Amino acid sequence: MFFQNLAARLEETFKRLRGRGKLTEADVNEALREVRMALLEADVNFKVVKDFTARVKEKAIGGNVMESLTPGQQVIKIVHEELTELMGGQSARLSLGNAIPAAIMMVGLQGSGKTTSAAKLAAHLRKQGRHPLLVACDPYRPAAMEQLRVLGKQLNIPVYLPPAVAAAAAAGGVAVMAPTAPAGVTAVPPDPVRTAREGLEHARAGGHDVAIIDTAGRLHVDDELMAELTRIKEAVKPQEVLLVVDAMAGQDALNVAESFNQRVGIDGLVMTKLDSDARGGAALSARSVTGRPIKFVGVGEKLDALEAFHPERMASRILGMGDVLSLIEKAEEALDVKKAEEMQKKLLSAQFTLEDFLEQLKQVRKMGPLDQVLGMIPGLGNLKKLGGLQVDEKELVKAEAMINSMTLKERRTPEIIDGSRRQRIARGSGTSVQDVNRLLRQFDETKKMLKRFAGLEKGLRKGKGGRFPFPMD
Amino acid sequence: MASLKERIEQGLAKVRGGFGQKLAGLFTGGRRIGEDFYEELEETLIAADVGVQLATDSVEYLRKKARETRASETGQLKDLLRQHFLETLERPIVAPSASQGGAASGEPLALAAAPPTVYLIVGVNGTGKTTTIAKLAARIKVHRQSVLLAAGDTFRAAAAEQLGIWADRVGVPMIRHQEGADPAAVAFDAISAAKARKTDIVIVDTAGRLHTKVNLMEELKKVHRVVAREVPGAPQEVLLVVDATTGQNAVQQAKLFKEAVGVTGVVLTKMDGTAKGGVAIAVAGEVGLPVKYVGLGESVEDLVPFDAKAFVQALVP
Repeated sequence: MFFQNLAARLEETFKRLRGRGKLTEADVNEALREVRMALLEADVNFKVVKDFTARVKEKAIGGNVMESLTPGQQVIKIVHEELTELMGGQSARLSLGNAIPAAIMMVGLQGSGKTTSAAKLAAHLRKQGRHPLLVACDPYRPAAMEQLRVLGKQLNIPVYLPPAVAAAAAAGGVAVMAPTAPAGVTAVPPDPVRTAREGLEHARAGGHDVAIIDTAGRLHVDDELMAELTRIKEAVKPQEVLLVVDAMAGQDALNVAESFNQRVGIDGLVMTKLDSDARGGAALSARSVTGRPIKFVGVGEKLDALEAFHPERMASRILGMGDVLSLIEKAEEALDVKKAEEMQKKLLSAQFTLEDFLEQLKQVRKMGPLDQVLGMIPGLGNLKKLGGLQVDEKELVKAEAMINSMTLKERRTPEIIDGSRRQRIARGSGTSVQDVNRLLRQFDETKKMLKRFAGLEKGLRKGKGGRFPFPMD
Repeated sequence: MASLKERIEQGLAKVRGGFGQKLAGLFTGGRRIGEDFYEELEETLIAADVGVQLATDSVEYLRKKARETRASETGQLKDLLRQHFLETLERPIVAPSASQGGAASGEPLALAAAPPTVYLIVGVNGTGKTTTIAKLAARIKVHRQSVLLAAGDTFRAAAAEQLGIWADRVGVPMIRHQEGADPAAVAFDAISAAKARKTDIVIVDTAGRLHTKVNLMEELKKVHRVVAREVPGAPQEVLLVVDATTGQNAVQQAKLFKEAVGVTGVVLTKMDGTAKGGVAIAVAGEVGLPVKYVGLGESVEDLVPFDAKAFVQALVP
């Protein structure tokens, strides 16, 4: 779950702060030492960290403590604001202008996830009513074009391939191309600049309103390939150049982003692999060094696992406030609004029964991997740590079977489930009594959790004026 | 072919140019040891991705040594830092046991007493597993041993095609199934083929997977189980491919992959692109996994055995 560790870390720091009546300089320093450590461990570049902690310190010590806030709240407020700022303030959209076809160019290091992101982006744009064309401009990595072709086929979105490659694909083979032409390989790779231009032409002729150009991965220190990117850019004049950044990248991400921005010029960032446990600090560095916003995040291997990036929500999430808004949005996509509202209410009311739990499991499975959804609920980032809810999909199937084997009464009042009932449920669902015990324990824990967050949510609604939903004193 | 030493030096030139140069500046010119020196050193180490913990520890270590030896100039601490890193890197290295045939292949990899030997290649998405396999196969071929590749990435679009192109280039056979097939079945078939053809070494590719995905890690465990069942003692090596540009998450990757399938060593790829190499020390130090190879470029010859001494020498010139 992303940022979980950083969130937990900061929460830990501020728990200490919360216990005090007044905020001294020593308090601020101690807190910021923790913040610095947490950010560095999260792979935020050390220069960015330095800058960040300095800014917070200045505001925390020099600034006025607002009358309505405790000093602890004040520091959290500043950290929150600065983090939001660091990630770009407002959430950013693609700006494709009026050009038809508009062009989007994907660039980045090898293995950052350009091809997959290009396909995901195409699917995303189609959902918004556009007619995208994918253009395969990576002649170097073996089978890269084939990969894009297959992805396009899976999505039923057309892919433009250079003629030689298209012919080979049609014949059922894969055109062999080589970056450094090892011995025995003679095929000349198609010129990516030409392919890009032709791709755009093809989009225009075919009535596509947006062309997504997948380029080859390259090192930021590779002059020749960086120059090639510039030529592609000049040839197609894209509305958006998106730099794809791996969320797991380390300190060097800052230099990579800076180079790409200086040499090619980028308009936005795509953070990939955010469904890992990487804390993603590098992407924050990339954002702050280029001044370009993060526009999308990749959160899974499936082709619909691309989401808009919301800096303000992400900042809340880092602070352990969760991301209730994202949850609702996600739910709305998978369910009808009414059901989503109901579920939201139940999730937060802490009055839900095993029946709701089952309903919720079913709906949650529709929304995608459970760990993502859980990560958006305030504080549930800690669930894994508590050994609470198992996020394994198989476990979900089991849980569903067990709940299905319960009577209505048992589902509504789980307290009545005694030993013999447990045995019956286990037999009925093909599981063991231990499994049933575990499910009931998990249910209990989840319920307890939700009770806590129900309180939080109320605070959150009231707290528009800068108050924070923490029980601080 | 350029000599091995030249190759390493070329590849590490950027490491030296970035991180190394900064460190050299810290250690030269009769600079006095002071708080600002330690602070700068810590920052430089963190910037190299060695991790906060290791950076802090290293600085503390030098501080202590400086007190003990009454050193006054930073230059006196250079060898100490080198030694410190070298020890961390070399600690996890154990010589392949004789019963396993030792390192007779000429590679820093264990061999089975009787063929086939099986190597399993694992890692998160986009680290360069497939390319590494091609390079490794090319190296093994030089030693006149036969190699068979298993296209175990049945998930990603065109992954088998990618490996297939490499197999053609290197000139080794490959076993593949349809996209979406069970990777364990691919491994099984490859091993059966290797037995029938009396192939020396089977290298099994696997789909990139995030170490946090329970079901995908289970799938990997199954591949491992099938390999172990078909060839006693196999896989002789499980190599985790780590992108050198990765930050602290590499440690987490190493931990979880080791836990799941008993990783025996690390291949550090894309060392030509980054100005740092600290992640290697972090993985060796915190997870106890030796680095076995370094990827220094895109062509087939750009995989070289890891040389801790040369690496440290380049980091702290």
